[in-house]
Amino acid sequence: MTVPRYWRNIGAHYRLEGIRCKSCGEVSFPPRSSCPKCHSKDVEVVQLPRKGKVVSFSLLRSPPNGFEAYVPYYVVVVELENGVRVLGTLTDVFGEVKEGMEVEAVFRKISEDGEEGLIHYGTKFRPIA
Amino acid sequence: MSDNPVVVGTGLTKIGRRWEDSLSDLFAEASRQAIEEAGIQPQVVFVGNMVAGELDGQEHLGLALEDGAGAFPLVPAFKVESACSSGGSALLAGYMAVKSGVYDSALVVGVEKLSEEPSDSITTALAEAADADFESYYGASFTSLNALLMRSYMKDYNVPRDWLSEIAVMMHKNAVDNPYAQLRKAITVEDVNRSRVIADPIRLLDCSPTGDGAAAILLTRPELAKGDVQVELAGMGVGVDTIGVNGRVSLSDVPATARAAKAAFSAAKIEPKDLNVLEVHDAFTIMAALALEDIGVVGKGEGAKFFHEGNAERDGKLPVNPEGGLKARGHPVGATGVYGAVEVVRQLQGKAGKMQVPRAEIGAFHNLGGSGSHAVIGVFKRKR
Repeated sequence: MTVPRYWRNIGAHYRLEGIRCKSCGEVSFPPRSSCPKCHSKDVEVVQLPRKGKVVSFSLLRSPPNGFEAYVPYYVVVVELENGVRVLGTLTDVFGEVKEGMEVEAVFRKISEDGEEGLIHYGTKFRPIA
Repeated sequence: MSDNPVVVGTGLTKIGRRWEDSLSDLFAEASRQAIEEAGIQPQVVFVGNMVAGELDGQEHLGLALEDGAGAFPLVPAFKVESACSSGGSALLAGYMAVKSGVYDSALVVGVEKLSEEPSDSITTALAEAADADFESYYGASFTSLNALLMRSYMKDYNVPRDWLSEIAVMMHKNAVDNPYAQLRKAITVEDVNRSRVIADPIRLLDCSPTGDGAAAILLTRPELAKGDVQVELAGMGVGVDTIGVNGRVSLSDVPATARAAKAAFSAAKIEPKDLNVLEVHDAFTIMAALALEDIGVVGKGEGAKFFHEGNAERDGKLPVNPEGGLKARGHPVGATGVYGAVEVVRQLQGKAGKMQVPRAEIGAFHNLGGSGSHAVIGVFKRKR
């Protein structure tokens, strides 16, 4: 991944930033230049709630390139407290994972772009004990 | 509006590990069959393909394949891409080209080569069907995204695991008779349930195999077609949804399929109950169950039951994937939609051999791209 491309998404990946539409009030993720609901350009960046619940999950055992070290890991859809849904992975899982389980966003290393490339960081979710 | 295009030629290659054949060789093999049967040359070519750029390092694919094949005179050729629904989208391009009157004939070829790369590279390439920045970035594989839907579906409708495994069993049974199929081997429910977990709850035998293959279909205007039995492409529809699964309201249906079905059936002036044969996009067993529901063959939550009760068998209420579907016939990604279309056409022509279903007059194929982002449906009718 190029440095500018990585840099453009830092807000969304590091701080879980989405957008709020000033016309219709819709809050959405990932950030876009227009509101995906009413298509207004009048949008502002907002930080999304950091807590939510697991909607569905999959324990992944056959990974894409660069994720071998994490196997097995949970891929999840999380519904945040304001209803916005985010796709991500779980971390710090010690017990059973269930639908409806409460989780919180944490800042984590995601992957490495080879030995000399960027280290990718972003948001993972961990169960709230 | 002019008449619907008719099919004058089809071609299929056997799906599998085709070490000796290049992408152009596969393209040539399927194209030659279609052109020889038709007795006419195409004026334009649309190629359905997803990952040739990523895995084969070849873009500008239309001309590269045509020139690499040398099977017919060079004509304008374009690659059409919409992930796993690339083949269906290429057929839409051919349909529009002929129906609009811009071209008299169009050759649609779906072609893909997946067998020469290690599986992690294929997993990575196929994950490009998802949102690169917000799904693949976090390590979600394409299978894991489908697994999210499978878990939600089983929970929301209380569907037993075995019912989904039975879908794989039926597809494998059907593929035994299919000379073009990749997996001509019967399996049992136990085989599915004991196979390796790829992304829980999806196991290896829930998944379609990756392979190489090409399928071709030649369309023309009805007045230019020879022969007494004609199959017309009576209508097509495309439905779309968000690229990421996080944008969907529900994870136990695929609204894009419902939108495609509505558009295609309206264009063809039919209803789901008029279908005599249906090819659905069962890249994973869950997707076959969902397709029946979203197409409108059965109600919500009843798709897996339809298979369980035997209604989808070749002699059932509505035969589904009598050639084995993606699950067992194979899923050469960008070619898959064209395989489905050719299979429907051959059923309506009465040329399906051991796979033939009774009273095949109207049939449809369904082709899905991404984890439910893009659906294509085409309806074929036999004309007397």
